[in-house]
Order: sequence, then C-alpha cells, then structure tokens
Amino acid sequence: MSAADLDPRAVPGVPMAPALPRPAPGAGVLRWLRGRHWGRATVIGIPFGFLVVFFSLPFLVVLKMSVSETEGVQFKDLVSFADGTLTLQFKLANYQFLVTDPLYLRTYASSVKYAALNTVFCLAIGYPFAYFMTRARATLRPILVMLVSLPFWTSYLLRIYAWKGLLDDHGVFNNLLVWLHLIDEPIKMMYTPYSMMIGMVYTYLPFMILPLYGTLVKSDPRLLEAAGDLGTTPWKAFWLITVPLSKAGIIAGSMLVFIPSVGEYVIPELLGGPQTLMIARVLWDEYFQNVDWPMASAVAVTMIGLILVPLVIFNRYQSGVGEEPGRAKAGGGAR
Amino acid sequence: MIGRLGRIWLVAGYAFLYLPILTLVLFSFNESRMPTVWTGLSLRWYHAIANDDEILSAVVVSLKIAVASATTAIILGTLAAFAISRYKRFAGRTAFIAHINGPLVVPEVITGLSLLLFFVAVENAFGGISMRGMLAIWIGHTSICTAYATVVIQARLSEVDRSVEEAAMDLGCRPFQVFYLIILPAISQSLASAWLLTFTISLDDVVSTSFLSAPGSTTLPVLIFSRARLGLDPTVNAVATITVVFVGIGVTIASFLLVRQERRRALAQAAAYRQAVAAA
Repeated sequence: MSAADLDPRAVPGVPMAPALPRPAPGAGVLRWLRGRHWGRATVIGIPFGFLVVFFSLPFLVVLKMSVSETEGVQFKDLVSFADGTLTLQFKLANYQFLVTDPLYLRTYASSVKYAALNTVFCLAIGYPFAYFMTRARATLRPILVMLVSLPFWTSYLLRIYAWKGLLDDHGVFNNLLVWLHLIDEPIKMMYTPYSMMIGMVYTYLPFMILPLYGTLVKSDPRLLEAAGDLGTTPWKAFWLITVPLSKAGIIAGSMLVFIPSVGEYVIPELLGGPQTLMIARVLWDEYFQNVDWPMASAVAVTMIGLILVPLVIFNRYQSGVGEEPGRAKAGGGAR
Repeated sequence: MIGRLGRIWLVAGYAFLYLPILTLVLFSFNESRMPTVWTGLSLRWYHAIANDDEILSAVVVSLKIAVASATTAIILGTLAAFAISRYKRFAGRTAFIAHINGPLVVPEVITGLSLLLFFVAVENAFGGISMRGMLAIWIGHTSICTAYATVVIQARLSEVDRSVEEAAMDLGCRPFQVFYLIILPAISQSLASAWLLTFTISLDDVVSTSFLSAPGSTTLPVLIFSRARLGLDPTVNAVATITVVFVGIGVTIASFLLVRQERRRALAQAAAYRQAVAAA
C-alpha cells in the first residue's frame, strides 16, 4: 500500500539513528530505559493507540452488535452469567436473513456491478486523457495535472449537487434541448442509473487519471521510436508497448476507483433512483430509518468482505511488482 | 505531438470536469427560485445566506471541527510518517501500517456507524455522559484525516536526505534536536499542504459526520446534504460559489507561497545546519 515499504534508501548495514543494538538482559535495562527507545515507543505509540481505540475497537463493537440479541431497546450481553452457568449467546439471524433475502443479495450484486461499470468507464475516458496529457508540451504538463486535481479542493458534495441542476427534468440540459427544439418534452435523466453513473464517473475520474499519468509520463519514448524503426505501426506499438508498461497505473487507478465506489453513499442518494440499489444506502436506511442497529452492523460486516477481496488481490500484485521490477518491462518487450 | 484527437479529448475531459462547477456558480446569481431557469441577475441568494442563521452557525461548527481535525491529524500523521519511514523494523509494523491506511479503504458509512456504536457503548459504560456531537465528529475526522496526512508527509519524509540526519547525530545532536532542527524545516511545506488537504477533507465530510452529529453540531455539509436531498435550492448554489472563490484565492496564494518557500528552504536548511553544528 505504501511507497515507503520499498524505500531504496534503507541501506542494509548502515546504522540508522534509531536502530540500536538490543541491550543485554539485566545489565542493559537501565541503558535501555535511558536510550532512544522511549522516543521511538512514543512516536509509534501515539498514532497507533489513537487508531486502535478509535478505529479498530469500534469494529469489534460492530461485530458484537451484529450478533447481539435485542430486548426492546436494550442489547443483551453476549456473555451472561446466570444460575451458575456462563452462557455465550450468538444471534446469527441477521446474517441468515442477509444471505437468504433476495433483496440484500441483489443489492450486493448491484453495488459490485455499478462499481465495476464505474471503473470501466473511468478507465475508458481516463486512459486516453492521461495519455494525451503526457503528449502535451513539457511546460504545459504541470498545469494540466493541476487542473485535474483542482476540483478535489472544492466540495465533493457541491459538485454532485451541481449535476442535479444539470440533469433535472427542468434542468440545464433539458431546457437547452427544448430550447433548441431537439426534443418537445423533457427527457427523464435524474434519478435513473444513468444519472448516478454520470455522477460516479465525474467524481472518480481524477482518481483514475492521476496514477495513470504518473506511470505513463515515466515510460521511455525511445521504446516507441525503436518499435517504429522496426516497422511497427504507431497503433500496434501503443498496444504492445505503452499499455503493458502502464499496467501498474491501470491497476492502481482501478483500485482507487473501485474500492470507494462499492461503498459509495452520497452519489446514489442524491443522483440515483429507487431502482439503483447500493449497499451503503441499505446500511444507512437500516440505521437511520429502521433504527435496526444489529442489522446495520451485519450489513457493515459483510460490506467489509466485499472490499477485502479486491484489496488482497491488489496487495499481492503490488508486492509482486516490488520483488520483480523488471518483469512488466520484459513481458512487454518479449512479444 | 498531441494530435487533433488528443486535443479534442483533453478539452472535452476538462469541460466535463469543470462544467458542473461553472453552472453552479452561474446560477447562484440567478433571480429565480428555480436554480436552472435564468430570469435575471441578482444577489438575492447571497442576502438569503447572510440572514440564514442555520447556515451561519453550521459554518462556524464546520470551521472549528476542520481546524481541530487538521491540526490533530498532521501531528499524528507526522509521528506515523516518521515511524513508517525511519523505523524499518518493529513489532507490529504491518499492523501499524494497516491501521494508518485503514480509514482510506473502509467505506465511510462503516467508520461512521462503528464509531457511533463505540461511543454509545462508552456512554452506556460510564453512564450518562454524551460524547456525540463535536467531540465525536472531531475524533472521526481525525482518523480519516490522519491517513491522508501520513501519505503526504511520508512522501516528503522519504525524500529527505538521511545523511544530514546522520551527520547531526554524529555531531552529538539528540534525536529531538535532529527532528526539530533538520527534519521539521525540511518537511514544513508538506505539513502545510497536508494541513490544507485534511482541512478541506474535514470541511467536506458528510457521511460519517451524519452518524456522529448531535443536535447543535450540524456541520455545513450535513445541512447542505439535507437541503440537496429535498431538491434544488439556490442558497446551496450561493454557498458553492463562496467556497469556489475561497478555494480560488487559496490556490493562488498557495502556489505563490510555494515558489517562494522553495527558494527559502535552501537557505533555512543551511541555517539549521549551522545551528545544529553550533549546538553540538
């Protein structure tokens, strides 16, 4: 996940500041206490402690809640001690309901479907975009990159709201089309899967473009020249050289788009219709409308599963790249 | 080099990215209650905001939380980035990195729900004290913002020349002095950009905030979201325009300062160097 794991500057054998030799037991304790380990423990401990308490521990609460028995508004403890026996109660009914109710299954499937479609569209629009950015004049490129990332700084909520104004029945697009006499009646665009997809692609496109640009800009133009000299058409050279070399960017961009869009809530809520089922919306409604906390928790736990699968694949791929940096290059050139 | 297709693709792409923002700004100056039918130039929606107590108090709440979260996040982020880039081997390093990156991949509905249930459990355990509201939102935003701050700071930290640190150590600098005199000046620019980034993230957050807010701690995005759900509302356009103007000014100032700071950093580094030597 992080670039620092592969920090090439970590020279083995060169003593770095905090890497003290382990003190001998007993005699070294005093030195150990006075040594830099305290600083080190503090540096690691403060952020770690914060996140354990406020990020991991809450998960355990959710996990517990998802199998809790409710009694009115009170939640029974999982472990209870009564009549001299210790009983551990699990209620798996929520999960049973999740896997048997077709509505939930359909919602999971459609969340994955929309996230996958979003990834494909972002790639289809973003790849040529990033490619053409790298072909622009070198002096122009920083400005082009800044223009892609600039919308990040304005509110994401407001940018999605803006599409409401564009796609509404009496919105800008419909008014324009009616005014041009291209249509007589406004077309229904809002609250459909299409309006939601437009909002998703719009929001996540920069997440695809930036990593793609990052890898494409590094690829060596001499490879394409060499291919041209050897008689390859530019189009073929693009598919045989440029695309395989940008595989890391394609995968990184796809993950950056796919993972958050599976759990997207705001866009389906503001731009989607009743037929655009998304799992985060179900969780929200279970909590805020049905006030069914255990059910909302069960949905949350199963959602984690949806995200964990692509993440594990991604991490495995990334560590593969780290070990064999030349593999993609060799594979691209071998054909 | 770029070709006609390329030029068209780029222009269309940028139009796609900027068209919604431009229409949002344009229709904030519209007189009509329907923010999509142009009837005439007017500032009435700006007057409406100025008299809208709900919006004004939400802005204050949002700014307070954003300043607090961004500040906490860069402190935690600096520690985390330092730990990741300088301590290559310690027990639980993998778990540590997973914790830092976790909030980036876990959907916000889950972080919001889990933190809320956690606070409810704490409230039940300690009887009566209410943690929901600004405190809860601050903690929620801090864990998300710390993840982003760590990424930004770590990127810079791994570029800092380690030999300068080692030299200072060799000359007798204590670890804290090394941090204060060498590392901090070197990463100050990334601290500033991490602060700005996390500030905007906190200012923009709606999902986890909705779970954690209590009456009286409604933030601006939560308010906008509730209005946007009901339909089109021209005051939202006016709020959007004000943010766009602020961001525009901010970006201009930031890029101006960035150029200047880049020039200064070399000087500052040399000065810190001398000071470190003198201290030793």
